[in-house]
Amino acid sequence: MTPNTNPYYAARKRKNAISMALCVSATLFGLTWLVLILATLLWNGIAGLNLAIFTENTPPPNAGGGGLANAIVGSLMLTAIGVAIGGPIGILAGTYMAEYGRYNRVTSVIRFINDILLSAPSIIIGLFVYGAIVRPMGGFSGLAGAIALAVIVIPVVVRTTEDMLLLVPNQIREAAAALGYPRSHVIRLVAYRAARAGLITGVLLAVARISGETAPLLFTALSNQFWNVDLTKTVANLPVTINNFINSADSNWKQLAWTGALLITAAVLTLSIAARAIGGKGSK
Amino acid sequence: MSIPMTQTGSDSAARARQLRSLKAGDTAFYWATRLAAYAVLLLLGGIIISLIIGAWPALKAYGVDFLTTQRWAPSAQPAPILGGLSPIYGTLVSSFIAMLIAVPVGLGIAIFLTELCPPALRRPIGMAVELLAGIPSIIYGMWGFFVLGPFLANTFQPWVIARCAGIPILQDIFAGPASNLSLFNASLILAIMVLPFITAIAKDVFETVPPVLKEAAYGIGCTTWEVVKNVVIPYTRVGVIGGVMLALGRALGETMAVTFVIGNSFKISESIFAPATTISSAIASEFAESDGLHQSGLILLGLLLFVLTFFVLSAARLMLMRLEIKAGK
Repeated sequence: MTPNTNPYYAARKRKNAISMALCVSATLFGLTWLVLILATLLWNGIAGLNLAIFTENTPPPNAGGGGLANAIVGSLMLTAIGVAIGGPIGILAGTYMAEYGRYNRVTSVIRFINDILLSAPSIIIGLFVYGAIVRPMGGFSGLAGAIALAVIVIPVVVRTTEDMLLLVPNQIREAAAALGYPRSHVIRLVAYRAARAGLITGVLLAVARISGETAPLLFTALSNQFWNVDLTKTVANLPVTINNFINSADSNWKQLAWTGALLITAAVLTLSIAARAIGGKGSK
Repeated sequence: MSIPMTQTGSDSAARARQLRSLKAGDTAFYWATRLAAYAVLLLLGGIIISLIIGAWPALKAYGVDFLTTQRWAPSAQPAPILGGLSPIYGTLVSSFIAMLIAVPVGLGIAIFLTELCPPALRRPIGMAVELLAGIPSIIYGMWGFFVLGPFLANTFQPWVIARCAGIPILQDIFAGPASNLSLFNASLILAIMVLPFITAIAKDVFETVPPVLKEAAYGIGCTTWEVVKNVVIPYTRVGVIGGVMLALGRALGETMAVTFVIGNSFKISESIFAPATTISSAIASEFAESDGLHQSGLILLGLLLFVLTFFVLSAARLMLMRLEIKAGK
């Protein structure tokens, strides 16, 4: 008897075909959303894309015209300061975990806590910074927003730094130590260089993560209609500006919000692809 | 700082100074890294303490009743009446429905990528799914509000409502009227957002299955589905559950996307097509304009959310760790 004529075999084959077809349709289902979202963004965002977006400030309601210059600069500033604070702390902490405390109990506790912080809701971080900085300082400020972003950066960078340093072969460290290098030099001049691509990937991923974050900025940096680079006051930023503009009745504001959304998404996706490209070359 | 390559021997005082400064630099660097590592622990402690301090007034005023009261009236006189039942319900139910949708689809994609996909397509498709995770949450919110919401309200919801009319329990769960803003819309958006997390982890743990096991199963004539069901999934069960919990942790705390599409209504409705609210969307939409007891009540909600996600994420990590030990990493 050939397998094809046995009803039991046929049923198994049918079951296999059905489940595999379901897997393929699940993949199509997932990819459809990506295409739909990106298409909507391009469709709505490109219409408003012009030079004024980058040179003019956000307009008052119902005035027409204007751009997003203050929000773009504010976002770049908050992101840069957030990474400038969070990046070094994250790299140093990851260095301790991989280089000095590799076999410590403390390191495994820190790793566990760090993994939880990595997935903690970003709105909670906003609440934390509100209680720890905004209230004592007596008002919303760009600095508070940057610190909230830094708190999000730290766990991302700690994780990648530790992982990447653990991939550096020990023989390299031993060779450097045998030449008489002090341990901190071994780490900075040898281990960091060997893991450089990975470290850059971590920072890029962190930038990608925070550049679209809205929730932690809602009640830390707030936003600002005007040009302001003073960190002790509220600073305009793209995510909160989009949030405020998209729900308004003013069609000009709405258009600006879509264009801003396109800019953010383009920046974030470019960063994450770049991070993957660099990381893919460096390791694995 | 550079290291002296040549020593003249005669100026041993200079050499001693050099060595001292090297030693000082070495110690300083060690402590800098150690303090930074402890800062991570302090961060968690700081978050918990700051939330407890902020939530204390509301905790004292409402106590356990906060968990069972549905009414949310921050401007009631003489004192605000605040109950967290509605946002807690919304958070749990929206995440639960999101997982119902995202888990089968996410696992399906992972199975496709590891077992069926031609190798040339594996990287591009994997990357495309991961890009979904990169899109900022507010973009999902805008898209859900302007595109998905109207689509669901005009087509999908009326169809389901008509089908379920007259069937006992279902007609209450899927009751009309269809709405642009609803618990179900929020769940669907959440499902799309956590899909990449489930797929990425499931793909990783599926790849830890020793090829020998799969080959043995294929060797005795199993179909692909039978190999997945009887070898791959049982072998990686703990890791898959860990990945699902991780995604659940994300879904519980997701803010902007949900705030846009859920309708922010503090009334608990039997129908999942009715507006609702979640903890994070209540905080996002009310916190900036709140003060006094109202603000404290919102921070108390935040504390509850943090405790909830803390336990879910801890469970997820412990499960994933167990799998890593098993895989001998």
